[in-house]
Amino acid sequence: MSHHTIEMRDVDFSYPDGTPALEGVSFTITHGESVAIVGANGAGKSTLLMHLNGFLMPTSGAVRVGDAPVTKETLRDVRKTVGMVFQDPDDQLFMPTVHEDVAFGPMNLGLPVEEIETRVDDALERVNASRLKNRPPYRLSGGEKRAVAIATVLAMWPSILVMDEPTSNLDPRARRDLIELLRTFEHSKLIATHDLDMALDLCDRTIVMKDGAITADGPTAEIFSDDALLDASRLERPLSMRDPGPGDTA
Amino acid sequence: MPSIEQGLYQLGRLDELAGQDTSVHRLDPRAKVVTTLVFLICVVSFGKYEILSMLPFAIFPIVMAGQGNLPLDFLARRLLIVAPFAVVVGMFNPLLDRAVVVQLGGLGVSGGWISFTSIMIRFGLTTVAALVLVGTTSFYSVCMAIERLGAPDVFATQLLFLYRYIFVLGEDAMRMARARALRSFDGRGMGLRVYGHILGHLLLRTYDRAQRVYLAMLCRGFDGQVRVIKAPHMTGRDVAFMVGWSVAFLFFRFNNVPLLLGRVATRVIA
Repeated sequence: MSHHTIEMRDVDFSYPDGTPALEGVSFTITHGESVAIVGANGAGKSTLLMHLNGFLMPTSGAVRVGDAPVTKETLRDVRKTVGMVFQDPDDQLFMPTVHEDVAFGPMNLGLPVEEIETRVDDALERVNASRLKNRPPYRLSGGEKRAVAIATVLAMWPSILVMDEPTSNLDPRARRDLIELLRTFEHSKLIATHDLDMALDLCDRTIVMKDGAITADGPTAEIFSDDALLDASRLERPLSMRDPGPGDTA
Repeated sequence: MPSIEQGLYQLGRLDELAGQDTSVHRLDPRAKVVTTLVFLICVVSFGKYEILSMLPFAIFPIVMAGQGNLPLDFLARRLLIVAPFAVVVGMFNPLLDRAVVVQLGGLGVSGGWISFTSIMIRFGLTTVAALVLVGTTSFYSVCMAIERLGAPDVFATQLLFLYRYIFVLGEDAMRMARARALRSFDGRGMGLRVYGHILGHLLLRTYDRAQRVYLAMLCRGFDGQVRVIKAPHMTGRDVAFMVGWSVAFLFFRFNNVPLLLGRVATRVIA
């Protein structure tokens, strides 16, 4: 078995106030796969991601990351394996400088100083952010913050990358750069997003969620051509897959 | 609300100043924290009618600001902003304490005025010393120094996050204040009631964010202790700085230096 797998079996989850958020969620992601999770607002995407890191524990059912089930005892290893990039980079960049922020994780792993420095430099280089090393995070632009947030996760050497809306709030160029960057990663990837064009670009497989349940799971191109399914899930075809309208001559 | 924007800008400015590279900036943060602490204790422990003997203490912030390349107008402006608090604290002294203690020419000066002046000097010295510390050390290094000097982790971490998120929180508040101003006309909608709602909302948002930040930290193996990469070593220069100034402060504290100087001067003349 490899570290690079995620498995959810019949996961139910209700918030403490009784609101059901996930119902019978099951899927397996294998080594090296890129999977998009799409669905309307409130469909349960973020709740699902929270389970992959043990922030939320299923009310019933089981989550496995790599070889181990996610339990209180395995949390440390699970969190080392799963690198999570949050939706708002300001939540993730909490140290006074970029350098210290990227070093935060490796330092908590108790690595020797030289190793930490190498990892910080490598991670920043991977996301083309070496020049930001000594800047305070609050002085960065949206795109730079996102890149650094990804670097903080890469420095932990995770096997799986989990991202919540990585392209939100980015200008078109920053979005394109990010997509190209993500394409270079060999990690297993799970990306929750509303950016269906990105999903089409990056992910061979897509999981569709609605009201806390999975309504479809299959090849991305197939799912995005199923208009009935998209409509029922309050989604639309990605722009690049739309037929030219009557007004268009192209 | 331009005042929030201004405040954030000023904080950022302080950060920039702290990023300079001068002999004062290169000192070990711990040495500076301890020295400043001795300074503060000495100044604060003076009796309430002391004025003269506190004056020599001004040398420390002046030398530090000069060596550390901190612009004086920046410090002065910061000082003025905080000054009203000190004025409020001392305001009633001249009214309550009217016994004349000193005769200056024909003018009787009451104890209240003297203690008021004393409070203002104390306030000026302590505030400038704190500004100089942060302006030559960076808030982060101060936090880490406090921690390594034995303060609880929780305390240092709290300070650190306070500083980091004051920018995020400030921007949040700024946007909300702007949104309100845009839909308020003729002073309607700018009242205290709405202000309360905004504050409450801000608190809830902050609470949510705090939770997300904590999750992000757990993700990267946080276990209650913020670690530093390079623990700096105290050099002879740091120790000399610390001991030298501390001895000077203690001397200033227990000897009335201006009076001594005055006596020497009169003896020379006589």
